[in-house]
Amino acid sequence: MAIAGLAAVPQQSHRPHGWRRWLFATNHKDIGSLYLWFAFCMFLVGGVLALCIRAELFRPGLQFFQPELFNQLTTLHGLIMVFGAIMPAFTGLANWMLPLMIGAPDMAFARMNNWSFWLLPPAMALLLLSFVVPGGAAAAGWTLYAPLSVQLGMGMDLTIFAIHILGVSSIMGAINIVVTIINLRAPGMGMMKMPMFAWASLITAYLIIAVMPVLAGAVTMVLTDRHFGTHFFNAAGGGDPILYQHVFWFFGHPEVYIMALPAFGIVSQVIPTFARKPLFGYTSMVYATSSIGVLSFMVWAHHMFVTGMPATAQLFFMYATMLIAVPTGVKVFNWIATMWEGSMSFETPMLFAIGFILLFTIGGLSGVTLSVAAVDVQLHGSYYVVAHFHYVLVAGALFSLFSAVYYWFPKMTGRMYVERLGQLHFWWSLLWFNVTFFPMHFLGLAGMPRRIPDYALQFTQFNQIASVGAFMFGLGQLIFLVNILYSLSHGKTAAQQPWEGGNTLEWRLPTPAPYHSFSEAPQLDVAENGVVVAMQGGKHG
Amino acid sequence: MSCRYMLGSTAASSLFASTAIQAQVAAINLQAPATSLARLEYDLHSMLLLVTGGIFLLVLAVMLYAIVRHRKSAGHAAKLFHENTTVEIIWTIIPLLILLLIAWPATQAVLNQKSTRGEELTIKITGYQWKWRYDYLDDNFGFMSHLATPAAAIAGTVAKPVNYLLEVDEPLVVPTGRKVRLLLTANDVIHSWWVPQLGIKQDAIPGFLRDAWFMVDRPGIYRGQCSELCGKDHGFMPIVVDARSPEDYEHWRAARLKQAAASADDPARVWTLAALRERGEKVYGQNCIPCHQANGKGIPGSFPALDGSPVVNGDKAGHINIVLNGSQKNPAMQAWGKQLSDTDIAAVISYERNAWGNHTGQLVQPAEIRAARTGAAS
Repeated sequence: MAIAGLAAVPQQSHRPHGWRRWLFATNHKDIGSLYLWFAFCMFLVGGVLALCIRAELFRPGLQFFQPELFNQLTTLHGLIMVFGAIMPAFTGLANWMLPLMIGAPDMAFARMNNWSFWLLPPAMALLLLSFVVPGGAAAAGWTLYAPLSVQLGMGMDLTIFAIHILGVSSIMGAINIVVTIINLRAPGMGMMKMPMFAWASLITAYLIIAVMPVLAGAVTMVLTDRHFGTHFFNAAGGGDPILYQHVFWFFGHPEVYIMALPAFGIVSQVIPTFARKPLFGYTSMVYATSSIGVLSFMVWAHHMFVTGMPATAQLFFMYATMLIAVPTGVKVFNWIATMWEGSMSFETPMLFAIGFILLFTIGGLSGVTLSVAAVDVQLHGSYYVVAHFHYVLVAGALFSLFSAVYYWFPKMTGRMYVERLGQLHFWWSLLWFNVTFFPMHFLGLAGMPRRIPDYALQFTQFNQIASVGAFMFGLGQLIFLVNILYSLSHGKTAAQQPWEGGNTLEWRLPTPAPYHSFSEAPQLDVAENGVVVAMQGGKHG
Repeated sequence: MSCRYMLGSTAASSLFASTAIQAQVAAINLQAPATSLARLEYDLHSMLLLVTGGIFLLVLAVMLYAIVRHRKSAGHAAKLFHENTTVEIIWTIIPLLILLLIAWPATQAVLNQKSTRGEELTIKITGYQWKWRYDYLDDNFGFMSHLATPAAAIAGTVAKPVNYLLEVDEPLVVPTGRKVRLLLTANDVIHSWWVPQLGIKQDAIPGFLRDAWFMVDRPGIYRGQCSELCGKDHGFMPIVVDARSPEDYEHWRAARLKQAAASADDPARVWTLAALRERGEKVYGQNCIPCHQANGKGIPGSFPALDGSPVVNGDKAGHINIVLNGSQKNPAMQAWGKQLSDTDIAAVISYERNAWGNHTGQLVQPAEIRAARTGAAS
């Protein structure tokens, strides 16, 4: 394998210190940590925006924010959570863990890795800066539908540039993941043996490479419509506003899986570890994940059922969307079959993984409901949709991220997190997540549109419940922060193998993982899902 | 469900809810259907809820059983199986069959929603930022429909009415028992016309026509809202449909036709400043207030002030041009010539030039607007 050549390169035994270590970082662990901390900060910023929204919606009437500012809050909440929190968090985890799990010395392109991270802060700065420019931030929703986005002030231009930069960052990060997985696996780590997390990251990376340029195209068309006299989305000039939606959702639906597939990967590592049992149906998991990736390109127009598509198009996209339930169902059944007849223990990572399965299933089933075009006519653009995608993205992506951080924290830092705080964090999040988002199903069914700053009186009670839940949920995330900060310096020293059932490659490394790991490739004998049967060699440091 | 009970304190209860709010019962399901389409959607949703709810409970039950029985602390040893082709085929085929069962009625419902033929009445609906216009194409009259909830109720200085944010000055009036075909479009950005009880949600897209249909079962008032983010006052452009028996509808229609004939403005009339200002204030209130505000100060950074504005206090021609044709610089300023009559535009310009701190003393006659329009056309 290509790795033999790399091993001959003399290793740099020292590391830069102080700020240079981070600004000039080329080590995958440092860059992974940067990504994760950055994502967590953005999660807090996006969360504060969400709490502003929920504060305004606590009662009918306009209390805190005027409608134009409210629209900016919903828009930026979405953009920051998607592009600033969830996507970088998954990239950060992939950076940290992939080389350890497949026996690579580092990511394939160490300098590009640095660049893909350091593009993120300026992009997010542009987004946040847009709040204070004349006219305020973009206020067209995170989907930035034309022609509304053509109307807005210069905050929209800043958003467009921010999206361009974020796209470049994601694409480079994704190329790095693809090349690392394809080229740098240790001998013995075959494709159909590697951990599901690697598979999920690989497929996700391909999706990112395929669709981020499409998003860039969509917002560039908005930009030229705004400033350079084109009429892509202006009917008077021969354009079509719906074209924007087609282009956007051709990006947007795979984007949903960009935020979901890595979560599937994480859960597929965590559940076997704590069930002390191999993952059930590894091969079908790989095929299910791949087919979800492929199908994700064929369902975009289910976001557009009420734009007035012809019946045949509605039917096609309805059937294709329903079809996704099959591989997704296979995954859920496989996880449960992994738990079945296991010897389970319920440390925090396992709790978040189980919470993920349960709540993601709810999000998936409400997705089936939404896929039925005739029913979607009632639910589209309502709070039901808000409930649906928060079950997928908060209880799905976010819970899996918490699971992953607790799971790998000992390997990353050499210390254990505080288990009791972790458990509290889980139960608190589980409770208040549902208090926040479950009532939104009712609101949507009863007829409350999304993205409104004020509402009719019959929606009051559930909005109040949701607002209380949101503030409590937000508060609970501080438990996580306290746990991490405390444990970084005061946590109990972790064993090399803190989890009895952990048998993938990263657990063969010393704890904490040495700054340079697998500088010489190990010879591996691997079973499915990256389970290491035997290992020879593999130098560190 | 009582929020007061939830927090358990009297101080909280006054914070939480006024009596008007408590009078409402929080609904947890789709609104009561009033058309065959809405009923179809309602039944389909109920079926889906049963199927998906059943699947969820099944998944939950199996998982809970495993969590309780197959735990290490209960002394359960792991069995190391990791595949079973039969089981895997079964749990791929069964969901497929369930989906096929769902797909059949779902397909019929889509085809039903799409069959707009055989209409007895056609109404064109146009979405504007932030109001609706209804044109009865068969009868050649139409009107705007604005939010009727007073600004003070939104700000909270007066009590909120029962139909807060769901009331309009002019509802769409339709006959029951007749197939109404809607043609939808928009003037500026995409809007969406959603009346839950009628089972309709259809985007209104600028520059394109879309259609939809409904036939209302029984007389009543049906309320809905715009459901596609359309800018600042997206949350403040409700829809009210007043369905009347065919006889009542005919009465209303006859009155409307008479009114339309009587209220047609004589384009040649020469107005006094006082009369124009009075009318202009009304036009301003219906169209300009959302951006330029009642005090004419606008919203700094987004919407310019008219009070003291060089355009308003300057040359008449420039003022007429921007109101008629919109602003090149700021697309939020629409071309009002497309939606207001010559008289209305003359009135609102005259009002603006003589309101707040503007004292030009000038008035603009409808004939000048007409001249500006033809000038622009040639």
